[in-house]
Amino acid sequence: MNLRKYEAVIGLEIHIELKTNSKMFCQCSAEYFGARPNSHTCPICLGLPGALPKANVESIKLVQKLGLALNCNIQLSNKFDRKNYFYPDLAKGFQISQYDQPLTSNGFIYIKNQVEQPKKINITRAHLEEDTGKLTHATINNRSVTLIDFNRSGVPLVEIVSEPDMHSSDEARDYAQKLQQIVRYLGISDADMEKGSMRIEPNVSLRNAGDKILPLYKIELKNINSFKFAQAAIEYEIERQTIILDSGKIPQQETRGWNEVKKQTVSQRSKELAHDYRYFPEPDLVPMQFDKIFISKLKTKIPELPAEKIKRFQKQYGLSAYDVDIITNDVDIANFFEQANIAYKKNTPKKIANWIIGELLRRLAQSNQKISQLDILPASLAELLYLIDSGEITNSSAKEIFNQMIKTGNTPKNLLKLMKIKSISPDELDLLVSKVLLANQQAVKDYKAGKTASIGFLIGQLHKKTQGQASPHLAKELILKKLNK
Amino acid sequence: MKKKPESRMALNIDIEYVAKLASIPLDLAEKRIFNKQLPEILRYISQLNKVNTEKVEPVGHVTGLVNVTRDDKPAPSLTQEEALANAPKTYNGFFEVDAIFEEK
Amino acid sequence: MIIHNYTIQEASKLIAKRKIKVYEIVKAYIDKAKKLNHQFNSFLTISEETALMKAKKVDQLIADHQKLGPLAGISLAVKDLFSTKGIRTTAGSRVLENYVPVYDATVISRLNNAYTITIGKTNLDAWGHGASGENSDFGLTKNPYDPSRVSGGSSSGSAVAVATGASLAATGTDTGGSIRLPSTFCNLVGLKPTYGRVSRYGVISMASSLDTMGHITKTVFDNALVLNVTAGFDFFDSTTSQKPTDDYVSDIDKGVKGLKIGIPREYFQSLNSEIKGKILSAVKILEKFGAKVIDVSLPHTEYGVAVYYVIQTSEVSSNLARYDGIRFGFDRSKFGAEAKRRIILGTFALSAGYYDAFYLKAMKVRRLIRGDFLNAFKKIDVLICPVSPTPAFKIGEKKNDPISMYLSDIFTVNANLAGIPSLAVPCGFVKNSNNGSDPGLPVGMQIIGPDFSEKMLYQVGFAYEQETKWYLKSPKI
Repeated sequence: MNLRKYEAVIGLEIHIELKTNSKMFCQCSAEYFGARPNSHTCPICLGLPGALPKANVESIKLVQKLGLALNCNIQLSNKFDRKNYFYPDLAKGFQISQYDQPLTSNGFIYIKNQVEQPKKINITRAHLEEDTGKLTHATINNRSVTLIDFNRSGVPLVEIVSEPDMHSSDEARDYAQKLQQIVRYLGISDADMEKGSMRIEPNVSLRNAGDKILPLYKIELKNINSFKFAQAAIEYEIERQTIILDSGKIPQQETRGWNEVKKQTVSQRSKELAHDYRYFPEPDLVPMQFDKIFISKLKTKIPELPAEKIKRFQKQYGLSAYDVDIITNDVDIANFFEQANIAYKKNTPKKIANWIIGELLRRLAQSNQKISQLDILPASLAELLYLIDSGEITNSSAKEIFNQMIKTGNTPKNLLKLMKIKSISPDELDLLVSKVLLANQQAVKDYKAGKTASIGFLIGQLHKKTQGQASPHLAKELILKKLNK
Repeated sequence: MKKKPESRMALNIDIEYVAKLASIPLDLAEKRIFNKQLPEILRYISQLNKVNTEKVEPVGHVTGLVNVTRDDKPAPSLTQEEALANAPKTYNGFFEVDAIFEEK
Repeated sequence: MIIHNYTIQEASKLIAKRKIKVYEIVKAYIDKAKKLNHQFNSFLTISEETALMKAKKVDQLIADHQKLGPLAGISLAVKDLFSTKGIRTTAGSRVLENYVPVYDATVISRLNNAYTITIGKTNLDAWGHGASGENSDFGLTKNPYDPSRVSGGSSSGSAVAVATGASLAATGTDTGGSIRLPSTFCNLVGLKPTYGRVSRYGVISMASSLDTMGHITKTVFDNALVLNVTAGFDFFDSTTSQKPTDDYVSDIDKGVKGLKIGIPREYFQSLNSEIKGKILSAVKILEKFGAKVIDVSLPHTEYGVAVYYVIQTSEVSSNLARYDGIRFGFDRSKFGAEAKRRIILGTFALSAGYYDAFYLKAMKVRRLIRGDFLNAFKKIDVLICPVSPTPAFKIGEKKNDPISMYLSDIFTVNANLAGIPSLAVPCGFVKNSNNGSDPGLPVGMQIIGPDFSEKMLYQVGFAYEQETKWYLKSPKI
């Protein structure tokens, strides 16, 4: 790392849509993705005159769970506030959010810094708010228009605000990914950047290297829909602000959007006015109060989180840090690993890990899928390994079958028949070994006379007979067994 | 962020700023009237300065209710036709407005 | 007896006994509404067709010997803030001139389920902003007791519809006096219920923490009949109470023996002597029936209007933000002067740097005002005080002076700030002209009680009304 004149100061605001059945303040289905526009709306989420919100208890619980997972304090007294501003995607002209009493605050998580050491990132707060509608820009009859779909309006969102504790785009990316991982472990959201169920808004500023105080300005970055773009946008901002500071000026505080085509950040409409949000307590919703018993009960519902799982996997399975990192990245993969390991009763976690990393994850990456989208069962992987062990199929056939298992969810034995893969049953193989020995009496004699090298010849003969269906290793084992009788 | 405590009430309003914030178009005549009337109203309201509220908590909800929530169960939505029924402009199931430009 | 002089109680008996057809009554009311509308302007929409259709249906059910309850077939006028599915709902504003709701307010559903018949939507100060009815974007409503005077607002059309015999009951909303003031100016009984007793869902919000949904009738008994239908918890309004409702009609004739009535001195200090006289003689009558009268103090009374104009305008500014002309209605340039004034004031009060001095301060004084009432109710059962410092004033008299208009609410806003119920009951007339047949201008009193004391308020109002029967004094129209 080269010595730089400035140090970047980066904080992240992350919005994540919570996976509930219904929206946050109305009973419309929250599963709006791909639905006809404005078909998941009602008087409440359309902001029709007279409609009032009614809070979804589940959305509150999910934020509190996340708060616990992020080591936050769970506030016992809470309320909702109105955040007032105008935008065509905001049905009521205000967003129901939380201002001075967030559900959870003062937490932290660990990321890895430049030298792979753990680094603590403080989390200011995680609070609950409602999502807005979705705008699409279009040209109709040569007119530029904006189209609005309110299906997303009122879907619960958690906003997680970090302290400006990050100093590089790598750290920011790692923080965002760690957060995504925790959210997915909790099962409270898909946190899918591309689908927009996770949105990152970094704020970036620079200070003189060695300074401790925060810069007097900050640039908020929006319109980012992948980790890659988040990193690129931060990098671009660091360069842009460096140039401005070098010229003796101070960057203007503003909101900038990432333009993927131009690969640069561009100034968005001045939000100076909009920052006067006129928060006040939402009069249509009554306050929330929780007691410590409720919170401790909720704690028992927090599953094993990535950091704990990594420690346990290393200890329990004796896997390398590298393997564990990969396997625990997706909680569904980690679970698949553990279940396959139980089903395959040979206590060889490394073997299972190799199949998962080398085959399963490789193929998932190729098809851009998640294991949760597949039907493959951990027991099937165990079944496949047993087939190899018994000599019925070779390793390379097994890989072919595994590929089909991933695609179809079918079991190895079924696939073996369907795919007409040549295989030898243990009885058949036994018979072939006897035939080879009978046909090559000289070599048998030689072996028994101490010329052990003749075993190689016998293996070669068996290989011909089986047309390569038995592995050399297994062939040797079987021949020796018979010779030593 | 905002909301620095300010013990005394202001008696003037920056009408231009507030009207913009409220997205309310005002013509000159309205501005003239409001510039006269609103300070009078503020002066009337400023009698609240006489009340000592140092040890008084603001009213939250007069009902005293807490934790009024509902279970996470979906119910049928309006139809798309109903949702759009009162909209001045629609297109293919969307509400339509003149283009909003996000970038300068 | 003339149909237009019926009370609900009377009409209900005749309908149940099948002495008169619902269709006949509804038709008569609609004809009256149509006939008088050019004169008083109390209706913005008359839903003749649907009303007559429903009347026929109710007649059929009655002919089939179905038990429908006391409000079956009762014609109802609905303030145009209540969402009515399929019937235009304007809020009295040009912004919503063409808006037709796709859903019913909870109160409307409940009244529909009780087989009432909505004959039309009534005029009001746009968005409920006003004390006189003059702020309607569709023209003011005139007072039937003197058409040169205002009807009172904001539920102006609702009051006039009942007062002119164009409806048996009317819904209203009361945020700072909007039911009680027009009820009083038109010699009617108006209830502002406890905040949280009647659902606000589907009623166009003015100031959410102050809005209450009530109604206007000729008599106290009628009023209780309507509350029996509208009161109670609503899943869709988080601020409604789970506390069980009372039967407001049973024991309404219990009387006031032993009841302790508080007279809050702040409400009488510089009161017009004629009005003061009317209220005190009403109290005398209750005293005669066995009530005890006790002098009490509500020391923060004078700050009510100031607190109200901070909280109310702040909430108004936010509640009116949804009117952007995208999903319904016209854009924000269509707001009238009073709505704009309140939006600007409320936006200012919430804006950066001013929140603490205005909104927060007002919410603190609001607690003191509620505290005054809670203290008083430790010693007494109900309070009695005037509704308005003056009888109905002249049209145009306060139009250009917002503060004097705001001060019309000086005796009513505190019940909204405290969240407690208040029943406005007519208590006589003051002289208006030298014309011998002129009944004069109506005066009303408020009977205010603690949270959820509506049943007691009705008992007090009923005891007084039985003695005086001011409702028999119809306007000369």
